[in-house]
Amino acid sequence: MGTSEGPEARFRAFLAEGRFMIQRSASTGRHVFYPRVAVPGTGETDLEWVETPGTGTVYATTVTRTREGNYNVSIIELDEGVRMLSRVEGIAPEDVRIGQRVRARIAAENGAPLVVFDPA
Amino acid sequence: MTHPIRGRTAVVGIGSAGAGEAAGNSAIELLAQASLAAIADAGLKLTDIDGIFAATSTHAFPTLSVAEYLGIRPRFFDGTNVGGSSFEAHMLHAALALDAGLCDAALICYGSNQRTAGGRLVSMSEPQPFEAPYKPRHPITAYALAAARHMHQFGTKREQLADVAVAARAWANLNPDAFARGPLTREDVLKARMISDPLTTADCCLVTDGGAACVMVRADRAKDLRHAPAYLLGAAGAQWHRAISSMPDLTVTAASESGPRAFAMAGLTQKDVDLLMLYDAFTINTILFLEDLGFCPKGEGGRFVADGAIGPGGRLKVNTNGGGLSCVHPGMYGLFLILEAVTQIRGDAGARQITKRDIALVHGNGGTLSSQVTALLGSAATV
Repeated sequence: MGTSEGPEARFRAFLAEGRFMIQRSASTGRHVFYPRVAVPGTGETDLEWVETPGTGTVYATTVTRTREGNYNVSIIELDEGVRMLSRVEGIAPEDVRIGQRVRARIAAENGAPLVVFDPA
Repeated sequence: MTHPIRGRTAVVGIGSAGAGEAAGNSAIELLAQASLAAIADAGLKLTDIDGIFAATSTHAFPTLSVAEYLGIRPRFFDGTNVGGSSFEAHMLHAALALDAGLCDAALICYGSNQRTAGGRLVSMSEPQPFEAPYKPRHPITAYALAAARHMHQFGTKREQLADVAVAARAWANLNPDAFARGPLTREDVLKARMISDPLTTADCCLVTDGGAACVMVRADRAKDLRHAPAYLLGAAGAQWHRAISSMPDLTVTAASESGPRAFAMAGLTQKDVDLLMLYDAFTINTILFLEDLGFCPKGEGGRFVADGAIGPGGRLKVNTNGGGLSCVHPGMYGLFLILEAVTQIRGDAGARQITKRDIALVHGNGGTLSSQVTALLGSAATV
């Protein structure tokens, strides 16, 4: 009991296999991100893993400006209704627009897989 | 029906130390100097203090550090850390402890030397595992995202954000203790260096040093002390998220819950409030809190603050010390909100003194719009 791999590690293992998986409650159908041991607020523990197509929209966006260069930071709302922090690549960081359609891609950064988004 | 906590306790002493630059002073030294000043201001002695309430950015166990440094053996202590809103929460917790007789004189205290020690925000805040890989520069990234969303959803303009900074500076120019003084125009704010769109350096709070403290006692004792008491009429907190990406709606903060709860405890409404002290870590904060605390409809905050409406001579008295934007912001600013509210209620605010000064709303914010704590303080006329 309780000694098997937790949802955070499981998520990262899926990602390493090239799969962007999120959780869904079997009884309520509600999606959950980031990965948890239960649905926040209601506590259902019947969470199963589902592969997301990774399509969504930009909910909020900013350009982080540094001496080393500028980069995008955005909150993406997946079509399943969950949100995550990420970035939009493939266009200039200041051209990212709220409401813009995007699609997830698993990139590699510092040797670890990372979900980023491209304009859809 | 009057809430049993309403008016049962009061802030009777306030103090600060090294607000601005205090080179060569450690955080605990500034905290201790402010504490001694607050205790003296109350007309009490260090040995009277038997309750310690503290949070800092540098002490894992702040009440232990304070108790040791000052040589106090507190009967009651609380190190609740909800960022910059910790001290408004401490007021509520101190009121409960005082009212229950668990302590008789509560010291709420803070200190930071972040400006001269490193010149940047000091935080013990741990990286959020699902955010950190994207290199957000919290807190500014979080507030920039909220500002961007507010602009998108309600048509809020950068000019209106700028007007928040301009109003804060106009108040600071009336406050000899404010760190940033001098002219500031809307154009200055708009032309300042962009850090995280849509926020420029001038949309961001100061990075200063400073210690602050206040002392609370029960109302029966408060009226016999040196200064006119500032009674705690109501207080409440609300928290909905930790990481900005988990905030349910980036345009609605938990102040929309803490505010009504605090007003209900105090038996007051928005029209009763003479002064608003709103935690303005960034210009968007003031707009969000004016909306969420019910001083203007949701989405109207940008238009509400435009053109000097919250500056000296404006329609609402907001952040009369100059705020975190222009007065002082040593990492956690929440205690300085209380100090200004008490100063105004006492009538000691000099050139920036407001005329009607019976009821002040103090609103603390912590984390990335994460923790919201609202408190209402009142003069003797309100109890």
